[in-house]
Amino acid sequence: MKKLALSLAATAALIVGIGAATSAEAAAKTKICFIYVGSKTDGGWTQAHDKGRQALQKEFGDKIETPFLENVPEGPDAERAIERLARSGCAMVFTTSFGFMDPTIAVAKKYPKVKFEHATGFKTADNVATYNSRFYEGRYISGVIAAKLSKTGTAGYIATFPIPEVVMGINGFEAGAKSVNPNFKMKVIWVNTWFDPGKEADAAKALIDQGVDILTQHTDTTAPMQVAEQRGVKAFGQASDMIAAGPKSQLTAIEDTWGAYYIKRVHAFFDGTWKSEQSFDGLKDGILTMAPYTNMPDDVKKLAEETEAKIKSGELAPFTGPINKQDGTAWLKAGERADDGTLLGMNFYIEGVDDKLPASK
Amino acid sequence: MTFFEAVLLTIVTAATPLVIAAIGELVTERAGVLNLGVEGMMIMGSVGAFAAAQITGNPYLGLVAGVASGALFSLLFAFLTLTLVSNQVATGLALTILGLGVSGMIGEGYVGVPGIRLLPIEIPVLSQLPYIGTVLFKQDIVFYLSIILVIAVNWFLFRSRAGLKLRSIGDNHASAHALGINVIRTRYLAVMFGGACAGLAGAQLSLIYTPQWTESMSGGRGWIALALVVFASWRPWRILIGGYLFGAVTILQLHAQAFGIGVPSQFLSMLPYLSTVVVLVIISQNRRATLINTPASLGKPFVPDR
Repeated sequence: MKKLALSLAATAALIVGIGAATSAEAAAKTKICFIYVGSKTDGGWTQAHDKGRQALQKEFGDKIETPFLENVPEGPDAERAIERLARSGCAMVFTTSFGFMDPTIAVAKKYPKVKFEHATGFKTADNVATYNSRFYEGRYISGVIAAKLSKTGTAGYIATFPIPEVVMGINGFEAGAKSVNPNFKMKVIWVNTWFDPGKEADAAKALIDQGVDILTQHTDTTAPMQVAEQRGVKAFGQASDMIAAGPKSQLTAIEDTWGAYYIKRVHAFFDGTWKSEQSFDGLKDGILTMAPYTNMPDDVKKLAEETEAKIKSGELAPFTGPINKQDGTAWLKAGERADDGTLLGMNFYIEGVDDKLPASK
Repeated sequence: MTFFEAVLLTIVTAATPLVIAAIGELVTERAGVLNLGVEGMMIMGSVGAFAAAQITGNPYLGLVAGVASGALFSLLFAFLTLTLVSNQVATGLALTILGLGVSGMIGEGYVGVPGIRLLPIEIPVLSQLPYIGTVLFKQDIVFYLSIILVIAVNWFLFRSRAGLKLRSIGDNHASAHALGINVIRTRYLAVMFGGACAGLAGAQLSLIYTPQWTESMSGGRGWIALALVVFASWRPWRILIGGYLFGAVTILQLHAQAFGIGVPSQFLSMLPYLSTVVVLVIISQNRRATLINTPASLGKPFVPDR
């Protein structure tokens, strides 16, 4: 019993010591904190955020420090983890997954002085901003390439969960493909996971066995790319450049480059111009970039590059009418562009997607 | 390759790790030890196999390393539960959590590194058979091993003296001990066999199924293997049936989605688990048949001196 009390006292002393050390340091450096849903080496989503964090650290050098918590599950634990960061003296907290939305709002209420930034969500407060990326612009370019290259006229899409971000991606791909080939078909498999190499590979095989010759994925591992390489079909990488997994298969990849946004926001924080907003940046802001266009003929490459340039200049918007919803009802009139609100809450397919959208929630 | 063959091939790849991990756990449980750490041992096998294959450039050495990693990791469980008599359920759960963490740490440098694929071995003549030739005789060594393992374990448990002793320990360790059988030593070996099998299953994941390393890549397959043991009511042959049934439902639901049938994908994703539960319920209807096969000392601690 005595032993236990002693070790408890020692632990307590240690904690106090750490606390004192960190608060002393905090005076010199501003803490910009991050919460990750996965491991920082997941090869996909979280890794991309961590690269952004490193870019941020490099930009500001000694002026800031960037502690992070990884593998924080979405749910009640998240609130405790976010609160821990807020309490430890973070000036800003980036919560980098959709499922951290409500916990972020809840903690933000208790810590009005801390600035929070939540990725891909739609709830804001005075000290909570949201940020998202126009992934669908990259998907549109992928769709254009796919429709040009596919011999079977069918692409396969490995989807995760029916949330707006994913539905937007499928629609973006379809819109791009239809701009080249109005009869282009898409097969969708929902694997209901972000991260399960085996299942992703199985889905990829099933799609290829059913006549798909271009694969695109919304899941986070390189397993589908590997299957494509093995079976000799083409594929698009997701979140990170996956060329190592598919040197003969990868056409391009939609890379998340969050660093640009993080740097912009921390500058705003130091300048005192930070305010809560809903940021929705795209290709032109550098928040997503296309990996080199490979494994395709020059004319297709040229078309892809032109499409990318047009999207960047604003000449082309992937969702420009006339576009009908899947059931044939009108969504956008000729020339009309989709508004951000509809995109961020997208819960319907556009005409031409050969799948039934699973009901979300 | 026809569509039919292609689908069967995918099913075999999906079912093989389940069968291997389950047959190992079956032996462990037959000896009366409940090791819930299959998932952890499996992922240790994956990372061990991947690392060794990368270092040596030889996927077969990777396979050996996977088996060794699983077995060594299970030794930790054996020491805690058999020598220190800790609670088996809690220790097994801890083993899974520990394995997922440790493997992530070991594998940190291997994320995104292209894996080395273990290539199939073609058996002459037999692989030319129509329909089943490609599926059964143009496979990687792990598939052949999985079938051999099931046959061997069945023979060992029900046809050999050592197997009889192992089963007697699982049914009543006190009596077995009184008869002079070394309970602890046999259990150590049984746990390590389970660990080795889980490691082999893990190696199949990182060398054949998806030749890469990603954290938590076992994706819950260890838990399915555990369920399969109960599903099979501790009979080796039924592991094969259960494993392939599960594999088939997993793959066919993906095909059903790609064909565009109007069933919600969440329901289809649930099917493999649902069918396992349904079969479990049906099996447990017959209480006597279940009791005959259930190791009576399963999960109970054994302390000879007390």
